[in-house]
Amino acid sequence: MTDAFLTAHKLSVTLARREVLHDISLALPRRHLVALVGPNGAGKTTLLRALAGLLPARGAIHVGGDALGSLSLRERAKRFGYLPQGHMVHWPLPARDIVALGRYPHGATDPARLSPTDEAAVERAMQATDVTQFSTRPATELSGGERSRVALARVLAVEAPVILADEPTAALDPRFQIEVMKNLRAAADSGILAIVVTHDLGLAARYADVVMVMQEGRLVAQGAPAEALSDEILANVFRVTAYRTGHEHRMIIVPWAGV
Amino acid sequence: MVTENAAAKRRTGTIIVMALLVVLLALISLGVGPVRMSPLKVLETLFGGGSDVYRVIVQEIRLPRTILAVAIGAILGLSGAALQGLLRNPLASPSLFGAPQAAAFGAVLVIALGLADVRSYALPGAAIIMAFLSVFALLVVAGRNAGLLIFILAGLAISSLAGAATALAMNLSSNPFVALEIAFWLLGSLEDRSFRHVMLALPFITIGAIILMSQRNALRALSLGEETAQSLGVHVGSLRLIVILGVAFGVGGAVAVTGTIGFIGLIAPHLMRPLVGYDPTRLLVPSALTGAALLLAADIAVRIIPSTSDIKVGVLTSLIGVPFFLYLIMRERRALGGGVG
Repeated sequence: MTDAFLTAHKLSVTLARREVLHDISLALPRRHLVALVGPNGAGKTTLLRALAGLLPARGAIHVGGDALGSLSLRERAKRFGYLPQGHMVHWPLPARDIVALGRYPHGATDPARLSPTDEAAVERAMQATDVTQFSTRPATELSGGERSRVALARVLAVEAPVILADEPTAALDPRFQIEVMKNLRAAADSGILAIVVTHDLGLAARYADVVMVMQEGRLVAQGAPAEALSDEILANVFRVTAYRTGHEHRMIIVPWAGV
Repeated sequence: MVTENAAAKRRTGTIIVMALLVVLLALISLGVGPVRMSPLKVLETLFGGGSDVYRVIVQEIRLPRTILAVAIGAILGLSGAALQGLLRNPLASPSLFGAPQAAAFGAVLVIALGLADVRSYALPGAAIIMAFLSVFALLVVAGRNAGLLIFILAGLAISSLAGAATALAMNLSSNPFVALEIAFWLLGSLEDRSFRHVMLALPFITIGAIILMSQRNALRALSLGEETAQSLGVHVGSLRLIVILGVAFGVGGAVAVTGTIGFIGLIAPHLMRPLVGYDPTRLLVPSALTGAALLLAADIAVRIIPSTSDIKVGVLTSLIGVPFFLYLIMRERRALGGGVG
C-alpha cells in the first residue's frame, strides 16, 4: 500500500498507568473499507480515538501527509468523521440540526443558516442514509435504527477523507446492519477511507477490503478477510472455530463453536 | 424548509414578546413605591418631563434598582441556560451548584475582615473568585460524565460548605451590627441601590455575558456529547473553563451588590424550552430575557405585597423557585433514578 493516506508508526497509549495500545503501526489508503475486529478489551475503541487525536498517544500519526500533532483541532475535524458508540444525543434536537452539526468543522455553526455548499452536503448525507423524512423530528423520539442512521448521516456530512466508526451496527436489526454497512461501503467506493469497529465477523468478511485483528492492545493480523480471519487466528484470538462458505462471490464466515 | 422557518419565526416572535415584556415590567418597576406612577407617566419623566421631584424619584432613586433587576435577572437566566447546555442537564443552575452561596461567602469575608466597605471593587472581585472556585470544584468532584444525581449532591455539599463558611465569618466578626447587616444582605435585595452599585456590578455582568455568548455555538455541538464535540473541533476542556469563568463573572458581579438571589437561572430556560425548542444555543437569549422579566416581576411583587416589614426579593425567588425545583425533580424522576446505576 504505497499511497497510504492514514499512517501510524509505533503508536502506544497509556490510560490510568496501564499501556492499552502497544507499538501499533499501520498504513491505510483511501477508497478502502477497513474492519477493526478483536475480543472485548482488545483496544479497538482506544485505537480509533488515538487515530482521531482524541487521546494522547506516543508515536507518530500522519493523515494526508501531515503529522496529526501539527493540525489544529478544526483541521483535524475536517479530516476525520468520528462516529462514537451509542450515538448519544442529550437534547431533543431535530434530526436535520444534528446532521448539520457535521458541517461544524467547516465553520457552519448555525444549522438555521447554512451556506449552499453546507446545505448540499447535509442533503446528500441525509439522502444517502435515507433519513430525509425525519428532518424535523426530535432525534430522541426516533427508534434506535433511525437514530443510528441520523448519526451516520452526521458523520457523512463532514465529507472528511477518513471515517472512524465505532460499532455502528451494534443494537441494530439485521436489515439496518446491512443498510449501515452498505452506506459505509458506498462511502469507501467514493474515495473515503472508512475504519469500522465491529464484533460481527460475518459483516467484516462480507464488506471490508482489509480486516485488522487486535488482541490485548496489539495488531496481530491484517490483510484481506480470508487471510486475516484464518482458522488459526480465529482459534488463537477469538477462541472459536468458524463455518465458512460463499454467496454472491463474497466470503461468508459464521463463528461456530468455542475452542 | 417550511417547518424550519416556522421554528425560527416562533423564536423571533418569542424574543420580541419577551423584550416588550421586560420593557413594560421595567416601566412598572419605575412607577412602584411610596409615590405611584403609571408607566406612561414614568416614560414622560424618564425623558425629562414632569416635575423635578418626580424626576429625582424615577431617575435617581428607582432607575438604579430597575437597571440592576434587568441586568442581574438577565445574567442569571443566561448563566442557567449556559450551565444547562454545558452539563447537558436540565437541572443545572448556578444556585443549585452553590455558586451564589460561594460568591456571597467571598463578599462576606471581605466585609467581615474589614478589608473593604460594601461599595468597593474588592467585593465583586472576591465574589467572582469564590464563584469560579465553587463551580470548578463542582466539576472536579462530579467528574466528566456525571449524572444528574452526582451534580446535585456535589452542588448541595458545596453550597452547604459555602453557607457554613459564611456563618463562620459572621460568627467571628467582632462587630454584631456588621453581622446583622450581612445577614440581611445575604437574603438578597435590590432595595436602596444607587448608581454606584450599578457601576460596581454592571461591568462584570457585561463581561460575563460576553464570555458566555462567545461560546454559544460550541454548546450546540456539545449536545452530541463531549467526545463527539471534540471530534467536531470544539476544545471541550477550554470550553468548560470559559463557561465557568463567564458564570463566575456574572454571578459574582450580581451577588456582590444584591446578595444571593436564587433559582432564576433554573426556571428561565425551562419556561423557554416549550417555546423555542431545546437547542442550547438558541435558548441563551430568550432565557436572559426571561430571567430579567422574572426578577423585575419579583422585585415589583415585594413592593406591592402588603407586609409589616419589607420582604427581600431573594426570599421570594426561593419561595417560588424551590417548589418549581421539586416539580422538576418529579418530572425528571426516571432520569434521576437512572443516574444512580
